[in-house]
Amino acid sequence: MNPTDIAFQLAQNTLVVLAAPLLMGWVNQCRAWMQNRTGPGILQPYRGLVKLLHKDAVLAHDASPLFRATPYILFVCMWLAASLVPVLAIDLPLAPAVDVIALVGIFALARVFISLAAMDIGTSFGTLGARREMLVAFLAEPAMLMVFFTASLISHSTSLPTIVEALAHKEFVLYPSLAFASVAFLMVLLAENARIPVDNPSTHLELTMIHEAMILEYSARHLALIEWASSIKLMAYVTIGIALFFPWGIAEAGNWAAVPYALFVLVLKLTAAGFGLALLETLSAKMRIFRAPEFLGTAFLLAVLGMLVHFLLEV
Amino acid sequence: MIPFSAQLVNLFAALLLLIAFAMLSQRRILSLINLFAMQGLVLSVSTLIVGLTTQQHHLYYSAALTLVLKVIFLPWLLHRLIRKLNVKWDVETMFNIPSTMLIGIVLVVFAFNLALPISQLSGTIIRSTLGIAMASVLLSFLMMITRRKAVPQVIGFLAMENGLFFAATSATYGMPMVVELGIALDVLVGAFIFGIFFFHIRETFDSLDIKHMERLKED
Repeated sequence: MNPTDIAFQLAQNTLVVLAAPLLMGWVNQCRAWMQNRTGPGILQPYRGLVKLLHKDAVLAHDASPLFRATPYILFVCMWLAASLVPVLAIDLPLAPAVDVIALVGIFALARVFISLAAMDIGTSFGTLGARREMLVAFLAEPAMLMVFFTASLISHSTSLPTIVEALAHKEFVLYPSLAFASVAFLMVLLAENARIPVDNPSTHLELTMIHEAMILEYSARHLALIEWASSIKLMAYVTIGIALFFPWGIAEAGNWAAVPYALFVLVLKLTAAGFGLALLETLSAKMRIFRAPEFLGTAFLLAVLGMLVHFLLEV
Repeated sequence: MIPFSAQLVNLFAALLLLIAFAMLSQRRILSLINLFAMQGLVLSVSTLIVGLTTQQHHLYYSAALTLVLKVIFLPWLLHRLIRKLNVKWDVETMFNIPSTMLIGIVLVVFAFNLALPISQLSGTIIRSTLGIAMASVLLSFLMMITRRKAVPQVIGFLAMENGLFFAATSATYGMPMVVELGIALDVLVGAFIFGIFFFHIRETFDSLDIKHMERLKED
């Protein structure tokens, strides 16, 4: 492990965290354009964060230390998850630390803490949100694992850099199983990031909100951290999607000269992904909460089908 | 290492299966017809690719026939039918979708296992897609069983024919006979649709044009 690698890892971590609100802003801006609105501009999430960071935090009387610690835990979990995904180059020093299963575990850890914190205050909304979040999450998690397993079967490894290496730099092969996995992953992405068919990120209507219901009691810097964390989560999911299904253009191990090109390709892919996400959200209507299990069940079945197709066509 | 064209056909086969599952889970009749047209398109393109790579000229005719019949004519006919019957926005109540999908997965496993020894007998480069073809036949069959209304049942029947066609192409590069067989089946399917059409007109007279009927009665 040489200093260049470490410096590069740090650079990537910083980049992911700083660029995450930009991606969120881009998605929101695209949605605004598609709905014939002017939109707040793609820098709006940063303005929101700055505003929240300048305010004084208000805490409920009954808030336990868990409630206060959760935003930091959430932020660190998401940061860790996002910095483990190979986005620019493959051999990062931190990458061998966890494989894809542990990555799912990190997301689960964050989810457990936010749900506990939501129930900590004892308001009915918090409990409601936490329960709904768990309903969505316990169905999304196996689907996510199945998607990862499909990719692992192709590359014979559960380590994300090895998967990306196998998909990006070996001979170009079409994998039908990955077509199924990508659809399943897209559905999981929408559910996990509280996007439209499952949850509406901009609603405060009690009947429909899931994620927002959990964070109603948070204010100021805590809220800023949570919102930042959710934009990093979106970034992490989108980059995982890019790494699994569109890995071309990523710099090879030890090839620092390819990094500027990789950065350019990454920006292009993120722009396209954000646009696609906004398009999807504009075209689909929010479904009833009781349809969500069906939606995620479909995602799980598609991921299982991907594995079956892998055994049929690619072995 | 299998050649690129075979990989492409494999990908299209996977898409076919994906569309079969989408059809199984679809509640709206209009989307069902669009999915059916999409399935026809995928089938047509994959047949064309097989034809191009193996230089089997009769497959071009099959592909063209599929395109004309299953992507343009039948969906157009079905669109017209549902517009006339005024069932365009009909949301069908059926047996709950997750369990249907679970049965679907079991059928897929069954079909894949069943097709494995058969596809080893075949000498084509895309023989492994036989399992997918059988799976989509069984899935369409399942769709016909679980639907209550006539139009989705007809679509299920047509989708089953798509699966059979794909099975023929993947196992034997579509024998010349298959072309004839395909046309014959399509005619059969057309007759089937019209049967349902007339049946439905009779049914519609009960529900939609009830005034018409009443006047007849009064006379």
